[in-house]
Amino acid sequence: MSSDRTRKFGFETRMLHAGHIPDPHVGARAVPIYQTTSYVFQDAEQAAELFDLKLYGNIYTRISNPTTAVFEERLASLEGATGAVALASGMAAQFAVFMTLLEPGDEIVASAHLYGGSVTQLTHTLKKLSIKVHYVDPSNLKAWEEAITPKTRCLYGETIGNPGGSILDLEALAVLADSKHIPLIIDNTFATPFLCRPIDWGATIVTHSATKFIGGHGTSIGGAVADSGKFNFARFPSIADPSPSYHGLRFFDTFGHYGFLMKLRVETLRDTGACISPMNSFLLIQGLETLSLRMERHVSNAMGVAKFLAEHPKVARVNYAGLPDNPYHALALKYLPKGPGAVFSFDLKPIGGDAREAGRRFIEKLELFSHLANVGDARSLVIHPASTTHQQLSDEELAAGSVGPGLVRLSVGLETLEDLIWDLDQALAAL
Amino acid sequence: MGLGSGASCSISLNTVLTPEQQALYQDPDCIRDILSRTKTIAIVGLSSERQKASYFVATYLIREGYRVIPVNPRGGTILGETVYPDLKSIPEKVDLVDVFRPSAEVSAIVDQAIEIGAMAVWTQLRIINFEAAEKARASGLLVVMDKCVKMEHGRFSGSLHWAGMNTELISARRAKR
Repeated sequence: MSSDRTRKFGFETRMLHAGHIPDPHVGARAVPIYQTTSYVFQDAEQAAELFDLKLYGNIYTRISNPTTAVFEERLASLEGATGAVALASGMAAQFAVFMTLLEPGDEIVASAHLYGGSVTQLTHTLKKLSIKVHYVDPSNLKAWEEAITPKTRCLYGETIGNPGGSILDLEALAVLADSKHIPLIIDNTFATPFLCRPIDWGATIVTHSATKFIGGHGTSIGGAVADSGKFNFARFPSIADPSPSYHGLRFFDTFGHYGFLMKLRVETLRDTGACISPMNSFLLIQGLETLSLRMERHVSNAMGVAKFLAEHPKVARVNYAGLPDNPYHALALKYLPKGPGAVFSFDLKPIGGDAREAGRRFIEKLELFSHLANVGDARSLVIHPASTTHQQLSDEELAAGSVGPGLVRLSVGLETLEDLIWDLDQALAAL
Repeated sequence: MGLGSGASCSISLNTVLTPEQQALYQDPDCIRDILSRTKTIAIVGLSSERQKASYFVATYLIREGYRVIPVNPRGGTILGETVYPDLKSIPEKVDLVDVFRPSAEVSAIVDQAIEIGAMAVWTQLRIINFEAAEKARASGLLVVMDKCVKMEHGRFSGSLHWAGMNTELISARRAKR
């Protein structure tokens, strides 16, 4: 029986309250911005115990900060995670996960449908650290399994692939990862915990670019790592073995289900310095407080726009899993029943055989959609990946990521739906 | 933030106990009651090694104002405190017995906890012995299993929050000093 004191609070209540109890001294209702680099120790002994991790507390904002802690706990609460660490960006968050888990010679099996920047980080930057990546068709479970070698240390994919809009079969991948005793890492940026909670389906670790729908207003760059706390790292050397960079500390033995996040914070974040600013944490918290309301409108507007485009004669294809004829529709209904996000792509029919030119001209004609390299703003956004976010990828890599030359990516915002459709209609009419 | 502020969600993460077992052995009200009434904690299986989990817990609890008494057959002193070979040898009142020994040893430890009149017995993460737990409860002791004293104290006092961890505490009431 659940008493009043053991109530499981709902998602919206957590958006507004989790991670922040008004402090005893001031009682500020809004989350205060602790714009400070460092924190005065109580005495020499307390300082030593803090550095030794015997006490929980703040030393230096590169490692932790009270405003950031509210953002971290709130996101962890919304994801059903045991905790979270916020970082400077989504790219920093993803990198920190790999730097915490992996050693030179280790391998990753990753979905080929990843954000172009992630592909570059995994393929080229991780290669410098002697970490190898195998990309697989995310919808082919057998391909995932076959790519796993004895050196594979994790599986990585996006809940909703960027920019193709593919949906991962989270439950099947979690079963596969579990059978191989490796963690499943899921980037949940496009879904947010309101639309999908990967940990509920068995994911080990969730990463976010909080810059997108979590912040929601295009104001602040930030990222986060949330851990389910459910993975047994006892035989995972990087987390279980004595750490030479923390006096031989064995993070999993000492901190149990907090071990991975503690190591990520006090070693990886400490050493790479990719900390988030307290001001950005504050702004991302403001985003979290209205997340459910915005996501409901984002997905309903996205569905309206997708339906309009699907019926337009100048559009070859709409890649939105919310549409019944989309190959990922069944997975979307299972994992994202409220709607498969608000970022999707569509292919324009070529003009005189040139699809790239059609994409370029279409974007030039738009009045309300902002042409820029971001998604998840309250405003509607548009980009042509082949000439921007994905331009560093080869043609083969583009094809592997399902990005055609005439592919246009939309991030549908919160404007009046009829106005968005008007804008798309007039730009298409001008082609 | 002070023990006792606001409502708390029961946290079901990171335990192998069923919901029914959690209600019996991980009740948040019971945990808060133990933490606020306890003054002296005997830690059975406290290690003298600086990087062992038990040493972290002991250091933390001392800093938070508890009196910690080490129990370990090796004797000597740990953190400046005399180490006793067993609970029966401790010459003062013990409120809470915190166990860092394998599950199979819990029964004998509970027998001694009952004998010395401890208020509560608490077994750390993944140390689970239902028979011993029921024996303790039948003798009027409060019981917590498969939880860490440091994590739970940090959770209710607010300090675990600084590490970005999910305390599952939700309240609009101002924290107590």
